[in-house]
Amino acid sequence: MPKKELVAMILAGGQGSRLKNLTRNNAKPAVPFGGKYRIIDFTLSNCANSGIDTVGVLTQYQPLILHTHIGIGSAWDLDRKFGGVTLLPPFEGESGGNWYKGTADAIFQNISFIDYFDPEYVLILSGDHIYKMDYSEMLEYHKEKKADATIAVIEVPLKDASRFGIMNTEENGRIYEFEEKPKKPKSTLASMGIYIFNWQKLKAYLREDEKDPESQRDFGKNIIPKMLNGGLRLYAYKFEGYWKDVGTVDSYWEAHMDLLDEESGMDLNDPYWKIYTADYSYPPQYIGADAVVKNSLIVEGCIIEGEVKNSVLSYGVKVGKNAKVIDSIIMNHTEIEDGAYICRAIIGKGCRVRAGVQVGNCQDIVLVGDNKDIKENTKNE
Amino acid sequence: MLKDYMGVISLSEDESNIRSLTVHRPIASIPIFARYRVIDFMLSNMKNAGITNVGIFVNSASRSLIDHIGTGKPWDMNRKNDGVFIFNRYLNAAVNSDIKLLKNNLEFLYRSKKNKVIMTSSYMICNIDFEEIAYEHEKSDADVTVVYKKVENGDNMFLNCDTLKIDENGRVLSVGRNLCLTDTANVSMEIYIMNKEFFIDCILRCIQDGGCDTIKQYIFANLKKFDVRAYEYKGYVGCINSVNSYYRVSMDILEYDVMNELLNSSRRIYTKSNDSPPTKYLNGSEIVNSLIANGCIIKGTVKNSIISRGVVIEEGAEVINSIVFPKCVINSNVKLKNVILDKNVEIEMDKVLIGDKNYPVVIEKGSYVGI
Repeated sequence: MPKKELVAMILAGGQGSRLKNLTRNNAKPAVPFGGKYRIIDFTLSNCANSGIDTVGVLTQYQPLILHTHIGIGSAWDLDRKFGGVTLLPPFEGESGGNWYKGTADAIFQNISFIDYFDPEYVLILSGDHIYKMDYSEMLEYHKEKKADATIAVIEVPLKDASRFGIMNTEENGRIYEFEEKPKKPKSTLASMGIYIFNWQKLKAYLREDEKDPESQRDFGKNIIPKMLNGGLRLYAYKFEGYWKDVGTVDSYWEAHMDLLDEESGMDLNDPYWKIYTADYSYPPQYIGADAVVKNSLIVEGCIIEGEVKNSVLSYGVKVGKNAKVIDSIIMNHTEIEDGAYICRAIIGKGCRVRAGVQVGNCQDIVLVGDNKDIKENTKNE
Repeated sequence: MLKDYMGVISLSEDESNIRSLTVHRPIASIPIFARYRVIDFMLSNMKNAGITNVGIFVNSASRSLIDHIGTGKPWDMNRKNDGVFIFNRYLNAAVNSDIKLLKNNLEFLYRSKKNKVIMTSSYMICNIDFEEIAYEHEKSDADVTVVYKKVENGDNMFLNCDTLKIDENGRVLSVGRNLCLTDTANVSMEIYIMNKEFFIDCILRCIQDGGCDTIKQYIFANLKKFDVRAYEYKGYVGCINSVNSYYRVSMDILEYDVMNELLNSSRRIYTKSNDSPPTKYLNGSEIVNSLIANGCIIKGTVKNSIISRGVVIEEGAEVINSIVFPKCVINSNVKLKNVILDKNVEIEMDKVLIGDKNYPVVIEKGSYVGI
């Protein structure tokens, strides 16, 4: 039986309730992002670009769109004979069924999936971050340090550090303490929720943790502290580059504005690190005779007759004559009719903003759900 | 759905007036309308009619075509049964002849379980409903149905296309060639429907009898013997057989009705995708009446133009009435008017290139236009 050196497991079962309407009928990793992508595309493309060919995607909350989107994984070259992408929703066994009770439990319940590939290492990822990272470099670091576990960390400003799980490390990168959302942070190295484990070690700790009735079955809260107590070699791998958790409406909007900012460090146009996604055959975008388009991202199938500024438009969006779309995110197949005015808004798919209607007041971000027919001025939903 | 039909796309097309765009490729794989290739239209027409078995017979340099078609996945033609096949030329075959190529690959026809054939070329751009034509063909009991378009600009378009003389019952009496002498003409769209058995018989007899290089010539030479009917198509047809016609058909797409009919129909046009990111428009950009693909970075001005995937247009550059193929770089303060840039062309800053509306300047693939 062939074996794999490394299996990646993407945690994609979360609801992401702070994204409100965006995740009412859709899991957070499948929320549209950047005009033509979904959030999980970044993690899946990182896997593909890092040369990882065996990926399990753990799904639970509202998985329909997520499952359809990933399919057999051909968009990421993950349709393989041995390995490739496998969707792993919760399942029923002889002694009944179980939801995934936490991040560690989701992996515990799929031990047999990972064992099937008999890997040396397991890479744990989350499906809801926007970043580009070469996991093969992290694996090199992990081997170099002869670590049992390596945790990717990113430097955050001291004032924000108390919102994250903070790693306190020795000079050589070895972690001696992990603090979840510390009031007085001792360091500014925040965990990115990306872990490489030696599979046999992790398996032992998962089995151990399952017997602990107090455990919340969480990597950050339970497994990592237990490994530190057990004297295992845990190392922090410092990541430098753009990384954003798009967990709230505000951060989701900001991440889109980052795409428009040349200085932000998130370049979608890098030919050596493409972000892949499921493809739909839409015609090219058409920009009309009276249109004005400034500092915006626009994709196939859009027809622009009005003004678009500092905005990100998805597939098949129509912007009518004299309509204005400013500082906004418009999802697929939404129609902005003539003379409508959109400012600082996130508008879901399949909406229709009637002629002359105003959405948003250019101050707070207004979020409009999918398939809405907007006939009146909307400032807050 | 045309479950009993197979497709034959014969690419023995006359390239003599479109040489500058066919140095590296057949007409079928010339980029068109910002994200497509010429052949996407016929292949998608077949897919949209439910045809899953298509043979493409190519007589000229086919690397670019094979790269584009791949396994046929964009058209759902990567099948275990049937699917898309590409048949290449043999060294001694003449470019404009398809009969030997067909004869040498008869096995493709024998092996298929389908009983009827739709044969087309690639260079007639249209979004056509084959189901309706097949229905009319079967009703008429004709040996062959050929699709034509009654054009009113035959005096300056459709040069060298076949023209049909038709009697009041729709039977084809004779076939000529359009030399642009009259404005109205019945231009053949080179779409033929017939039984597979009849098709195979024509191939064999054509070779045995001699005198014909293409299967259509053989059919047209036997109009008295065969019942050949004409079907009039009323939609838009763009004919790509010269640089001039390529340029004019490309500009047609900027008209709302043409774009709607060809590209925004419920019958979609499919093509190979390249995972390009959304196109980025920067603050200085000014875009007027243009069709633009994904993956571009636009800082300059674009007017009445067609811009393919991955093109960079720098500050102060002006692109007017032009067609830009994938991955070109147009540096700052360049002025382009009535120009066609083939793939991977870079224009150095401050350059000015101006062509004529009827004779656009074509810059060959991979050129660097500098000092």
